[in-house]
Amino acid sequence: MSKIRIATTSLAGCFGCHMSFLDMDERLVALLEHVEFNRSPFTDIKHCGPCDIGLIEGGVCNVENVHVLREFRENCKILIAVGACAINGGVPAMRNHFNLRECLEEAYVNGVGVENPQIPNDVELPLLLDKVHPIHDVVRVDYYLPGCPPSPDAFLKILGDLLADKEPSLPHNLLHYD
Amino acid sequence: MSADIKQSPITKNTITIDGQEIPFLAGQTIMDAALAAGVYIPHLCHRQGFTPHGSCKLCVVDIASRSASACTMPAVAGQQISNNTPALNEARKTITQMLFIEGNHICPSCEKCGDCTLQAMAYHLGMLDGHFPQFFQRREVDASHPTVMLDRDRCILCELCVRASREVDGKNVFAIAGRGINAHLVVNSASGKLVDSDLETSDMAAHICPVGAILIKEHGYEVPIGQRTFDLHQVSEIGLEKTILTKVRQPDE
Repeated sequence: MSKIRIATTSLAGCFGCHMSFLDMDERLVALLEHVEFNRSPFTDIKHCGPCDIGLIEGGVCNVENVHVLREFRENCKILIAVGACAINGGVPAMRNHFNLRECLEEAYVNGVGVENPQIPNDVELPLLLDKVHPIHDVVRVDYYLPGCPPSPDAFLKILGDLLADKEPSLPHNLLHYD
Repeated sequence: MSADIKQSPITKNTITIDGQEIPFLAGQTIMDAALAAGVYIPHLCHRQGFTPHGSCKLCVVDIASRSASACTMPAVAGQQISNNTPALNEARKTITQMLFIEGNHICPSCEKCGDCTLQAMAYHLGMLDGHFPQFFQRREVDASHPTVMLDRDRCILCELCVRASREVDGKNVFAIAGRGINAHLVVNSASGKLVDSDLETSDMAAHICPVGAILIKEHGYEVPIGQRTFDLHQVSEIGLEKTILTKVRQPDE
């Protein structure tokens, strides 16, 4: 049987969900009997090929996030919002209470200890969106895996269900928002 | 209310919830009778001994062909009540999702995380996402009081603090002002700030908040995440509210 192909990415997240995924430790070896990774920080593959499952960490805070998210949606049969930020914007979305200019000025102009104050505008930098969005504001999402981060057991449960062709569900002990 | 029940002639009758026959005393609501019998009806704004508020609508049950809030509806002999049904629980989940997206409930950054009844309710109902677009409303934080913090981002307008202040503390510190999406918690003081109100750390109103809207200052993360009330218990366990309140109040008493 061919392996299930998984792609992962971190948008406006902290990579904590990816770290938690790796906290499966030796159970990763057994998982890799059944899955292989396409585009992911684990593989450093830069673009998404056709995949069975896409795991999205983080919300959408800039233009690049939108492009990456759409690439995942186009290529992944099943898209899963992983972690608090992908599901509701999380901590990065706390900037939504302020306008973007206020945020940039606080960080790069008026912030404590800032030297040579200026708002970065290098062409290499993706333009920030006015607000941070949960990913379901931009694309259709098939499943949600809450947690900050979701535990390795939660990842294994949802992937295990999908591998077994079952509707994914989280038991109470794995359902956490923290 | 309990004093009234004791004085009234005891007429023992029964209602039926999900096929289970439950006795009630005259004057009891469906919620009172259910809780006394150990039957859980989901609720956020109800607390035993307080005047029912009937605002959160999580306790809506089906009584024959109509729906009503269990916390305000008097128990009447022979009522056939449906409570724990997929349709009602789905509606309760939708209500909970609306509470989440209307406020700013960033669980990972909240001190109440793990002790929060709203969060525990969402776990109970299997809520995985907010479903609706987030409002991201900007709401006023009041950090003026030396020992009590008011963060309206997390307020769910349950009025537990309003009723605790009025009915238990004998004060009148809190109220809800405005209507619909403009409804918000206000403080009864000339400046509108907590510091100028009668609120004291020992007041029940300072401790009763089911979410992280009213928090005691300088008491952060004393119980680690993972060992908090709803890390160890389900919201559906009866009598848990008293446990939480006792536990929280102890340091100051």
